[in-house]
Amino acid sequence: MSNVTSLEKAGLQKAGRRRELISFRIGPQEFCVDIMSVREIRGWTAATPLPQSPDYVRGVINLRGAVLPIIDLAARLELGETDATARSVIIVTHIGPRLVGLLVDAVSDILTITEDQVQPTPDIACDTVREFVKGLLAVEGRMISWVALERVLPELEAEAA
Amino acid sequence: MDPLEAIKATFFQECDELLADLESGLLELEGGGGDIETVNAVFRAVHSVKGGAGAFGLEPLVRFAHVFETTLDDMRSGKLATEPAAVKVMLRAADVLADHVSAARGQGAVDEAGSLRLVAELKALCGGPAAAAGADGDDEVVMVDTEVEDDGFGDFDFTPVIVEIEGPAEAEVAAMPTWRIGFKPSRAMYAKANETALLLRELDRIGACQVTLNADALPDFDALDPEDSYFSWIIDIETDQGEAAIREVFEFVEDDCEITLEAIGPSATSDAPLAPSEAPELAVAAAEPAAPDGDVLALLERAKLAAAEMQAAAPSSAAVSTEPPRAAPPPAPAPAAALHPADNGDAKAAAGTTIRVDLERVDRLIDLVGELVINQAMLTQRVGESGLARSSTVSVGLEDLEHLTREIQDSVMAIRAQPVKSVFQRMPRLVREVAAMTNKQVRLTTEGENTEVDKTVIERLSDPLIHMIRNAIDHGLEKPEVRVAAGKPAEGVVKLCALHRSGRIVIEVSDDGAGINRERVKQIALDKGLIAADATLTDEETDNLIFLPGFSTAATVSDISGRGVGMDVVRRQVQALGGRISITSNPGKGSTFSLSLPLTLAVLDGMVVGVSGHTLVTPLTAIIETLQPKTNDVRLLGPNGAVLAVRDAYVPLVDVGAVLGYRKGPTDWTTGVVLLVESEVGGRAALLVDAIQGQRQVVIKSLEANYQRVEGIAAATILGDGRVALILDVDALIDVRRKDARRSAAPPAARLPLAS
Repeated sequence: MSNVTSLEKAGLQKAGRRRELISFRIGPQEFCVDIMSVREIRGWTAATPLPQSPDYVRGVINLRGAVLPIIDLAARLELGETDATARSVIIVTHIGPRLVGLLVDAVSDILTITEDQVQPTPDIACDTVREFVKGLLAVEGRMISWVALERVLPELEAEAA
Repeated sequence: MDPLEAIKATFFQECDELLADLESGLLELEGGGGDIETVNAVFRAVHSVKGGAGAFGLEPLVRFAHVFETTLDDMRSGKLATEPAAVKVMLRAADVLADHVSAARGQGAVDEAGSLRLVAELKALCGGPAAAAGADGDDEVVMVDTEVEDDGFGDFDFTPVIVEIEGPAEAEVAAMPTWRIGFKPSRAMYAKANETALLLRELDRIGACQVTLNADALPDFDALDPEDSYFSWIIDIETDQGEAAIREVFEFVEDDCEITLEAIGPSATSDAPLAPSEAPELAVAAAEPAAPDGDVLALLERAKLAAAEMQAAAPSSAAVSTEPPRAAPPPAPAPAAALHPADNGDAKAAAGTTIRVDLERVDRLIDLVGELVINQAMLTQRVGESGLARSSTVSVGLEDLEHLTREIQDSVMAIRAQPVKSVFQRMPRLVREVAAMTNKQVRLTTEGENTEVDKTVIERLSDPLIHMIRNAIDHGLEKPEVRVAAGKPAEGVVKLCALHRSGRIVIEVSDDGAGINRERVKQIALDKGLIAADATLTDEETDNLIFLPGFSTAATVSDISGRGVGMDVVRRQVQALGGRISITSNPGKGSTFSLSLPLTLAVLDGMVVGVSGHTLVTPLTAIIETLQPKTNDVRLLGPNGAVLAVRDAYVPLVDVGAVLGYRKGPTDWTTGVVLLVESEVGGRAALLVDAIQGQRQVVIKSLEANYQRVEGIAAATILGDGRVALILDVDALIDVRRKDARRSAAPPAARLPLAS
């Protein structure tokens, strides 16, 4: 028995850090983000649209006094605009110093993985996928794409007034 | 942050305040105002900076501060007159001291040559080398320091540290018994590595001490045995801990020193009446010291002895310190005041009690109050919808709540409000520097520096102000000879003035220079293609040309104001604060720039309007009037432009919905309401919206915090229904519209032919 545990330990050490991810669905596809960057998950409320913004920016909502921009993740990943319903979900995430809401269809699971389980995104994938997906995970026969959060916001304006 | 760093940070914070005190004190002296107290305050500021710097081993800072302090001490003792020339040197010394502090903080470097030059100037003011030189063996020169014996350096150019161990000086200890301790350490005590200062500190822990040094036994320098002990101390201590506690302090040294301990009665307030009669004696004693040798230390020493005599007569520290030395009748009060430099300062500090609070906490509070206001608005709306009678108890209670919230909001905002003094105080230095660089004589006068405005506004006010003052001196004021030829005094005046006007703060920068050369301004604008050749401009419009981007009148790029940025930058900075800037100029008499700024960046009075089903807020300050456009007043212009005839002028019409992309193309211009707005960039414009929903104060929420700037939108707010509404940026809105409409004609658009 003790042999097995030490073997397991060795395996874990080799495997690197454990990570907890939160996975969610957009249409038929499954994605995930690091649970540490998620602040809360809340239901959909109608957003105030922002003028002169890309179409994946759904607008802003009031998150207990803070103005929270909502990114339609499906539109951002070029999967078509989400038809937001009462069952849609907003995942409030930290992206750098900012707090951003991601509009997704549903939250499905919390996964515990080790970093060696993450497979690189295949080369054949299109540019959009390579830009927003930092790796793939195989969990119980499902494929889950790990979203690169830092790419989700539109390029920041260079001008700092 | 490790504790030492934290303490250091506090020290630097204090330094900022001390430097500000120093400068304002010196300015007061320069202006001929101020008395001995001002000199004392200035001295204290430098002394405190030096003391703190010494504790952190900030050598260059200590060295400079020491020379400065020495000179100030001469002024304090009356040896150096507070004449303008001397004060001017000190003002520059204050600047260098500030540089040293910044350098110690790791920001910027000190101009070493300039620093040394000033050290020389300061020493020259003192009338000779710094007092502590001591190489000539003059018997008065030996340091009066508790640590002479331990100091094996042989280097006598060190800074004397006067350990003032003062307990709470107030009379609250009235009932406590006072003990007089005579303490004379022997050579053996020091040989065993004991230390008087530590003992004194220990004593201070058990009660308020008044320590007097007796250095009578100190021999001449050549007779001095560095290992011997020459000093003795008399300590009056007020404590209720009894003799045993005092004896305990000396427990380890009692065999190596002479200690006398006697009770000299409770320090009763009844002693106080005695003090005034003693005060003159003190003053006389302190004033008589031999001026010939010019030694500050000797002076201090004698003053101390005088103080000791005085204490012998009125042995209560409470009685001494509650009696302002100023009360001493005829003889020069100056040296007497010097004896207790802390007294009056303490009194002043006690008058206005303040606390230091982390800005983050205040901001959190303000955020919370913002929430409260929104919540209260929501509640009011819900109650209104529920159809309760206005006279119902719920409605009445709500009204009270509304008043309370408003009051809380105002009070919380007031916490952030600060006098503009902190910004104004930075300007004298700037004026001195720019004046020196341009070889002009400038006097800066300030007014209304206690006008209060939000801290954020203050912080962001400094840059535009610096720029405007530079401009005023560099471009506004003439050279002294030109001024004299024009019949003006050689010294130019730049006036900085702040006042509250209708819920905003107005800051004016005026100079008595030549005013704006309109011909030249027009010519430059023409050359740079900023206006059309046939444009007829009023004087006011001409003056305002200097705010155009790409406009700079400086024929040669000067080091001071020609850094590639012009007044357009100033205007942009001011606009970013929700302010406006304007100029009035009078040829030959000077120009005045006035800034009008909101008092706070946290709330805004706005008009809530509806556009294509969206709710938007327009800042009330921008709106001149609202009107319903008639078909006759709307004139189509070009393919998709339109203007509105407002009385005698044609004002460009801007469809807010179209500019923000809520709807396509021009709609029927006559359905809806027009807000006539004044823009800083392009004169007036008419904003078309669908309907006006009301007027209210809204809490400003930044869009940039979590997202980014959006063109045409200044910020966001949260309405009573909990939804986010956007606040329009009127200037940007018009700008967006103008960019759409190809290249625009030169502003101000209202009077000029429109290009679109």
